[in-house]
Amino acid sequence: MKSTSYEFFKGLWKENPTFRLLLGMCPTLAVTNAAINGFAMGLATTFVLLGSNIMIAALKKLIPDKVRIPSYIIIIATFVTIADLGLAAYFPDIYKVLGLFIPLIVVNCIILGRAEAFASRNSVGASLLDALGMGAGFTWALTLLGIIREILGMGSVFGIKLFGESFISWIIFILPPGAFLTLGLLLGLFNALSKKKAEAN
Amino acid sequence: MDYGNLVVSSSPHIRSEDTVQRIMMDVIIALLPATAASIYFFGFRAMAIVVVSILAAVATEAVIQKIRKKPVTISDGSAVITGLLLALTISPAMPLWMTAVGAVVAIGIGKQVYGGLGSNPFNPALVGRAFLVVTFPVHMTTWINPMDGVSSATPLNLLKMQGIKTGYMPLLLGNVGGSLGETSALLLLIGGIYLLYRGIIDWRIPVSYLGTVAVLTLVLGSDPVFHLLAGGLMLGAFFMATDMVTTPVTKSGRLVFGIGAGLLVVIIRLYGGYPEGVLFSILLMNTFTPIIDRYTRPRIYGEVKTK
Repeated sequence: MKSTSYEFFKGLWKENPTFRLLLGMCPTLAVTNAAINGFAMGLATTFVLLGSNIMIAALKKLIPDKVRIPSYIIIIATFVTIADLGLAAYFPDIYKVLGLFIPLIVVNCIILGRAEAFASRNSVGASLLDALGMGAGFTWALTLLGIIREILGMGSVFGIKLFGESFISWIIFILPPGAFLTLGLLLGLFNALSKKKAEAN
Repeated sequence: MDYGNLVVSSSPHIRSEDTVQRIMMDVIIALLPATAASIYFFGFRAMAIVVVSILAAVATEAVIQKIRKKPVTISDGSAVITGLLLALTISPAMPLWMTAVGAVVAIGIGKQVYGGLGSNPFNPALVGRAFLVVTFPVHMTTWINPMDGVSSATPLNLLKMQGIKTGYMPLLLGNVGGSLGETSALLLLIGGIYLLYRGIIDWRIPVSYLGTVAVLTLVLGSDPVFHLLAGGLMLGAFFMATDMVTTPVTKSGRLVFGIGAGLLVVIIRLYGGYPEGVLFSILLMNTFTPIIDRYTRPRIYGEVKTK
């Protein structure tokens, strides 16, 4: 039996959904052209993950095995709708940028993956920690991608200009190829780091 | 047991004289006339771009191989060629640091990421150029005229945007606007023929590539001679579409590759958003190389065709 804190911390590094499990690649590539977008997407996903994990862990005895996937989707869709309407009401600027990708959280593999692999066979408390850890791991990964792409592509971080007027944008980094390049290089870097860590142990 | 002079070894017993160095040396020799012409036309700037591009490419190769604790293979000349080819696809007005960025990307992301020479699916020089085209589009499409140093459009640009056609003689000799290696079709042709003569490249790719462009432009009502001489087609057909690593190894596969690339060039030039399509035609066909090789594999000698 693994310790309680492990359920939280595994999502940050060892089972990081972006860099280790390679889940949720669609929003990872699509919305990280600026740091704030990656951060907001991460938080929205964390909210949905938290809601669905707790709900599914609480209802796991009531959900018949044969229709569990549709049941999970309905629960997830409920929280996605809350996030969608909440963002539209309180953060209209970010909602405009993220647009379609908020409703698309429904099909994010991380959420259904955690529901199926974790929440459906663990307690409510463990599922809550799991959701928080996975959400935090997803959020920092997307924010990091967004920061790198925003610095190179626009010369700013969270909208704050870092360089003078003479800065020439590396336009590729705010376009889709830049997302693939940055993610690929980061994955290589994290693989190398994990390997080094494993060798040290 | 003493065998005297008899050498006992495992196969292969007959080896070709080809080494990576010798092949790369021949390619560099073949590119020299066109490089010299670009320096003649564009002066010091062109030379600086060539030098910076080669140095950045070689340095990147050495640094990455050092970091990955692999043997450093910069003496084989392949990084020099990548740097030189990249320089030849760049406008003489390009800032030098951007040229260096392109060379670092060409070797780093185009080649070493996949494991180095022989493992890269895409032509590294073209990866570098593609990166630059998307990253610094304004600088990559600012051309200067070799005669007076005033900014001007390339012949393909002139044709696409204003319908002005450049004459054959300037295109052959090279005193037209364009990237370093896009200028003199004649000198590139001479370099290409040298490579054919030395047996470094196979005639199938350049002939099918250029042939497809000629036939298709003729059929579609354009001027085939203009389309053969203008832009980067000569450079691409002889020096990039013939890269041993990223193009098919089978004879019929090479024909397929050339025809496919030719089709793409004509489609992009006549109907696409970019005036020039050589870059993307070769990169796109590079992606098909494994599948072309797979379906054009020759029958083993003596093998009976199965139904």
